[in-house]
Amino acid sequence: MLDLLTLASRACKRYSCRRHGEYGPGRKDEIERAKSEGKDLTKEEKQRLRKEKKQQKKSKEKKDDKASQENEKEKKPVTSAAPAAPASQPPTKPTMQKAPSAVPATAPVSVPASEASGPADKPAKTKAELKAERRARQEAERASKQSKKGETGQQATTSKPKAPPSDLQPVVKRLPEHIQVDNPDVLKKLAKKLERQQIPLRLDYGYKVSLFSHLHQYSRKAPLTQQLSIPSTVIHPAIVRLGLQYSHGIVAGSNARSVALLHAFKQVIRDYTTPPNEELSRDLVNKLKPYISFLNQCRPLSASMGNAIKYIKKEISNIPSNCKEEEAKSKLLNDIESYINEKIILAGVAIAKCAIEKQKISDGDVILVYGCSSLVNHILCEAFEKSRKFRVIVVDSRPRLEGKEALRRLVQKGISCTYVLISAVSYILPEVSKVFLGAHALLANGYVMSRVGTSQIALVAKAFNVPVLVCCETYKFCDRVQTDSFVSNELDDPDDLIVTRKGTTPLEGWQNESSLGLLNLVYDVTPPDFVDLVITELGMIPCTSVPVVLRVKNVDQ
Amino acid sequence: MELQAVLMAAGGGSRMTDLTYNTPKAMLPVGNKPLMWYPLNLLEKVGFEEVIVITTKEVQKMMSTDLKIKDVKMKLDVVSIQEDGDMGTADALRHIQPKIKTDILVLSCDLITDAALHEVVDLFRAHNATMAMLMSKAHEFTETVPGQKGKKKTAEQRDFVGVDQSGKRLLFMANEADLEDGLSIRKSIMRKHPRMLIKTGLVDAHLYCLKKAVVDFLTENKSISSIRGELVPYLVRKQFSKTVNSQKLKDDIDDQTQEKNDGPANHELLISSRDEPLLQLAQERSCWNDHRGDMSEAYHGGKLRCYVHIMDQGLCCRVNTLAAYIEVNRLAPKLFEEPSVHPSADISERCQMGSDSIIGALCHIADKTSIKRSTIGNNTTVKEKVKVTNSIIMHGVTIEEGCNIQGSVICSNAVIGRGADLKYCLVGNGQHIEPEAERTNEIIVGTDQLMEI
Repeated sequence: MLDLLTLASRACKRYSCRRHGEYGPGRKDEIERAKSEGKDLTKEEKQRLRKEKKQQKKSKEKKDDKASQENEKEKKPVTSAAPAAPASQPPTKPTMQKAPSAVPATAPVSVPASEASGPADKPAKTKAELKAERRARQEAERASKQSKKGETGQQATTSKPKAPPSDLQPVVKRLPEHIQVDNPDVLKKLAKKLERQQIPLRLDYGYKVSLFSHLHQYSRKAPLTQQLSIPSTVIHPAIVRLGLQYSHGIVAGSNARSVALLHAFKQVIRDYTTPPNEELSRDLVNKLKPYISFLNQCRPLSASMGNAIKYIKKEISNIPSNCKEEEAKSKLLNDIESYINEKIILAGVAIAKCAIEKQKISDGDVILVYGCSSLVNHILCEAFEKSRKFRVIVVDSRPRLEGKEALRRLVQKGISCTYVLISAVSYILPEVSKVFLGAHALLANGYVMSRVGTSQIALVAKAFNVPVLVCCETYKFCDRVQTDSFVSNELDDPDDLIVTRKGTTPLEGWQNESSLGLLNLVYDVTPPDFVDLVITELGMIPCTSVPVVLRVKNVDQ
Repeated sequence: MELQAVLMAAGGGSRMTDLTYNTPKAMLPVGNKPLMWYPLNLLEKVGFEEVIVITTKEVQKMMSTDLKIKDVKMKLDVVSIQEDGDMGTADALRHIQPKIKTDILVLSCDLITDAALHEVVDLFRAHNATMAMLMSKAHEFTETVPGQKGKKKTAEQRDFVGVDQSGKRLLFMANEADLEDGLSIRKSIMRKHPRMLIKTGLVDAHLYCLKKAVVDFLTENKSISSIRGELVPYLVRKQFSKTVNSQKLKDDIDDQTQEKNDGPANHELLISSRDEPLLQLAQERSCWNDHRGDMSEAYHGGKLRCYVHIMDQGLCCRVNTLAAYIEVNRLAPKLFEEPSVHPSADISERCQMGSDSIIGALCHIADKTSIKRSTIGNNTTVKEKVKVTNSIIMHGVTIEEGCNIQGSVICSNAVIGRGADLKYCLVGNGQHIEPEAERTNEIIVGTDQLMEI
């Protein structure tokens, strides 16, 4: 843990110099540049050493590197092209979505600035060679993959505006399917894949607001089980139950979903028998794939669930082939137990300890929380037990009204709470001394993805100079990059917004109004400049150190 | 395997003895199909592959010869029980306990419905319930029932069903017969669910999803003999009993000893999940609660939960009275798109047949007959100049010329003499009606049947 921390802090400065120019706001980059001039040589040496290390671990490292770099490269043209498009290119395709045109309105203004300053800022003489090498490698790779992915790449690029600079190759190879719902080819592919796995396709429901027409929107009244046979044979009953619980919202919240997922996987592993002539390590992973598609159809997977699945798949494929089935199964079950223990339970304990001991919760504090985050509730309950005197303001929002559950849990402990709706946040903020937020995921560029409304609270808190602390376990860190809430989000059932008061339901016939659309967003992203600190079990890190932690984790594994 | 289906087909049809003294209830023809074919068809449509059928030896014999039942593609595991042995439905479950390996779906053979079963099973799955059942809004029977003298008295004792605000959780269930001084609801229930809807006009479809632990509980408690009459009210009451909820207080020694004494009663609490702590953790971390306004966690911490799905549209009928039987004969054929006239029936051209009549296999319908809104069974002969309206004619019946049959039920192998005029009558099995008879609103059965009472 100590090594990790020092490595993280050391790498932090170096990394922020290099990466800030590509992702972060332009201002910080200038400050870092001044620092970087003095440390040029040592940085270069270290970079060379790193490169040699990479070349040693040839095949695997290279693929990962390229894959991640291409991901970054493709995300960059997507996000950079968007602000550039209205400026430099007239919309060429009439089918161009309104999403890119809306993005510049909401994306932080610093992004185009950083784009312009990014490539130019780097001291050309020291980095040019590295860049050239990297580019050559990528060109070679792209040329080989061009024929394979030519069609889908073109489709994807025609639906998004073309990236203007030619050195940033625009071939968008693989956008995730769940944000391309308006592309009929992608839908067809998905339907075929589901058919192959014998999982029913869940149909979208209702009119989708045009800005979000690229996302799925399902109705809770049409569960996926309608199309399954009742004693479900294709999908393990535990997974069907889990899928139902996800789609009904009975299991909600990042940690709860991951724990429930791992619990269901434990049942699956227990009931699994290796068919003859098959190896457990390969067959079990194949068995899990349709289950994961099913769960995805019930409710899009969260980042924490994705990481848990990756871990399990890795553990399964690492089982030696000479291992007996019983041993293998018990080893897997133990692995799952230890994952939950380490990454969720103990991480929660460590975070609470960190927050309390480092005086992040002190006597006389007025703490603002939003919605119901299991981790934040845990921290507050622990602090209360360690007899810190503080009071809590719970901010809530429709339609989920999760704050009521948080309120119940805190009041049950004996903490004195105030309850407001999000519309009163600017009224209540002068009283607040700290804001504690939970996170659904922490993205690789330092953005915090959390329940919709979080970024609003962070913004208002920033305006009032109130410190914002985000609490997040490291297993929720994901290497996706997002700068706005439009590209990738989740649309919940629009009928949740319908309310009956005094016997009348004004929105009852909303589907019949052609000019009315109901939008029920679930997540939003908060930029790192609104977040002052992220408390993880590795310690308290700034938001921008998330990619460092991710990289160190990857190296570890 | 997730669910095992159990079909209870040993019932005697005690409320329609006129129909069932010769034909067991499970094999009564409805729309020319045996009654038990309907629930089997429902299970098959939904995707079951195996069904355990509990029935009598007589029904088992009839099943093996019936064509429609042979058509059923599922594997039927028939368990026969003594006919005269007074076995209730719960006793039958106890009898087949060794065969039960997972949670079960119990059906009665007299259920005809087009309900979406996944609604019931989803409640069972999503909330990890101990029991989930199906109910339907009752419909008035509009057809005149033969043999009914005077207005139909509301002899059927009402069922009081209490559900919570969402309409899914079952809070209270009692029959009018058990409530002597009036309906009393415990304060503990009111405290947890301050808003309760009590409904009386509901028909219990006798379709239950039960956890395996309940079947194990039945083997311990031999005093429970009927699912509907005893087990269901017991489970509904147990949801709110103190011993169930005090499982949490594990430090209190007194409670522990009390739990040990309540051993057999707590068997259904052994909701077998080997990773119970993980489930608990997931529930704790989840920000969901089924109710708002008080300090308790989801489900008020109760482990035993009963759910009900109330259908308001669609057909759901239990064929346990004559009126229901007649009603169902009218409605059931509409569920399926089968040709109303069996291809092997021999119908002459000058026969007037309404579109809502059903003619069975190998029938002979002569000229100048008029058949409206009726069901005619297999192997029936209808001679000339016969008018059949609004009636149900079962298999092997012979109707001589010139008869006029209205609103009646003619059981199998009966012979109606020529020129007979029957209005709202029930003719029992194998009866002969003399020619030129005029009967109205009568039940004509053999003398041996009268002796059985």
